[in-house]
Amino acid sequence: MSILVDENTRLIIQGITGNEGQFHGSQMIAYGTNVVGGVVPGRGGETCLDRPVFDTVAQAVAATGANASVIYVPAAFAADAALEAIDAGLPLVVIITEGIPTLDMMTVYWEARHRGTVVIGPNCPGVISPGKAKVGIMPGHIHRPGRVGVISRSGTLTYEIVNELTANGLGQSTCIGIGGDPIVGTSFVDALKMFAADPDTDAVVVIGEIGGTDEEVAAEYVKAEFRKPVVGFIAGLTAPPGKRMGHAGAIIAGGKGTAAEKIAALNAAGIPVAQRPDQVAGLVKQALGQK
Amino acid sequence: MMKIHEYQAKNILARYGIPTPKGRVAETADEAVKAAGELALPIAIKAQVHVGGRGKAGGIKLARKTEEVGPLASAILGMNIKGSVVRKVLVETGVDIRQEIYLGLIVDRASKHMVLMASAAGGVEIEEVAAQTPEKILKVPLKRHLGMPAYVARQTAVFLGLPPAAGRPFAAIAQGLYRAFVECDCSLAEINPLVVTGDGSLIACDAKMNFDDNALYRHPEIAALRDEGEEEPLETDARRHRVSYVKLDGRIGCLVNGAGLAMATMDVVKHFGGAPANFLDIGGGARPEQVVEALRIITADPNVNTILFNIFGGIVRCDRVAEGILTAQQKLSLKLPIVIRLSGTNEELAREMLKDAGLIAMPTMSAACKKAVEISQR
Repeated sequence: MSILVDENTRLIIQGITGNEGQFHGSQMIAYGTNVVGGVVPGRGGETCLDRPVFDTVAQAVAATGANASVIYVPAAFAADAALEAIDAGLPLVVIITEGIPTLDMMTVYWEARHRGTVVIGPNCPGVISPGKAKVGIMPGHIHRPGRVGVISRSGTLTYEIVNELTANGLGQSTCIGIGGDPIVGTSFVDALKMFAADPDTDAVVVIGEIGGTDEEVAAEYVKAEFRKPVVGFIAGLTAPPGKRMGHAGAIIAGGKGTAAEKIAALNAAGIPVAQRPDQVAGLVKQALGQK
Repeated sequence: MMKIHEYQAKNILARYGIPTPKGRVAETADEAVKAAGELALPIAIKAQVHVGGRGKAGGIKLARKTEEVGPLASAILGMNIKGSVVRKVLVETGVDIRQEIYLGLIVDRASKHMVLMASAAGGVEIEEVAAQTPEKILKVPLKRHLGMPAYVARQTAVFLGLPPAAGRPFAAIAQGLYRAFVECDCSLAEINPLVVTGDGSLIACDAKMNFDDNALYRHPEIAALRDEGEEEPLETDARRHRVSYVKLDGRIGCLVNGAGLAMATMDVVKHFGGAPANFLDIGGGARPEQVVEALRIITADPNVNTILFNIFGGIVRCDRVAEGILTAQQKLSLKLPIVIRLSGTNEELAREMLKDAGLIAMPTMSAACKKAVEISQR
């Protein structure tokens, strides 16, 4: 098993005819993801990447039986695209787009909760269940099927760590990029709960960074009820306060959200935290009792 | 998180019906004197800088007589407050203070709501109140679809112990602040202090607004309020070229693709005993043009003695990144040592391309960071 996406995923791409949509669409198809169509307002009836294009998500769902959407729409239109996907009843919506206004995302977040839709992102690399389906922009070839779950707020840092896991013989069940924005659809705890229920995930790597308190909340949850080994890495020990470090959500505000606080919280929950990305795989092996 | 000055925030809040003291901004002592001529005494002269704590630093003075305005304004103008040079002062009518209240709105990441915060212990930094007497702060999550209902404002007025007559004006201010917050896409908006005057009326004596950078595209009038004089010049330069850059004070200039990896690279440099000169994310795609701009910005920092590239290509073609580095090296006639780690599609080709350019190629992130630290400390 795995979580969120697998061989049963029937994916539509919102923004399939754009540069990003086409490039990553072809990459996802090449990986073996079942892409069943695309949505671009005003382009219904065309085909793109040999897939039918629809004007609305509702039409796409009716015609293809899609059960997930990935959004590559520009920031100014992405929140609306997400609301449309939620309204069409899709259970999973992955938003890759960076730069969505926070208040727009707040609306999407609560609408998704209200409708029971899982939203991943925005400002994220997406979700991959190696060997089954890739929904997003991550390089597929660095992943291997296996039993370690990965949850991360970052893109390339996740690739770095996944690459190390793979090189050390640790395949992945599912890797989720939850996104680098202040408000994201799925938190560390939400993702941990999914991994808790997945019999094919033996351990989880949590990759956090400065800003907010999502890692601290995750530490509390792990301490209270998560029964699989967890290994952490937190980026931003050297980040100065009050400065946004690339990601909209990566900022130490009012002295809160430092890497040191997060590492302390994870350690207090019994979670080992790597000092460098290349130490994560070793800690996972230790946690699993392997050499 | 774009910041603006107090006078700009007050102008915006005034448009939402929030009373503010009469006043005008001045860039010279003469202008300050002229502005004061239209105002009743006493007159407050306030440094306009983005850093907090300007009162304690001597950036706020009260003139009891008109003759004092000129000398006080010239003393404040040009003052250096925590690294910010004062270029403007706000000259405004002093207010008869009976009570100081804190009223603020933030986006609360934990609850995913906007949160109204209010305290009768206003006039000091709210973080201090939160640390020492958290019970003195009321926090009310505001649901996006409900906005700021009048009853929330009434409850808040009761919590603050406001006189009954101030109830309606307070509700108007709270609701005005909420509308300003939402319509301007703020990440923070606060009035501190909201003053209850001797005659029982309410007036916003200081105001602060921060804006969501992601939403500035739909508020050109707010984006135009940006004061680049308050920014680190290299950061302004980087922003204009769509490079995400934060200046630090170390010696190793870091160029990385992706924000998380860029932070982790700085941390690993520190881990090996070095000091990063900056955070820099050239974007996950690491396009050659971005590489050139990024190198130009990094080498404009005189502290930098070593350059460290950490590119995890993934889908990105490393030969394209190498092309950017070679172009930049020629264009900028770079003399500094460059340590590089490239991993991803066509990485062998990229290493081949860079072999004769005198770069030090390392196979892993840790090895590259360690090497950069060694070179930087030579």
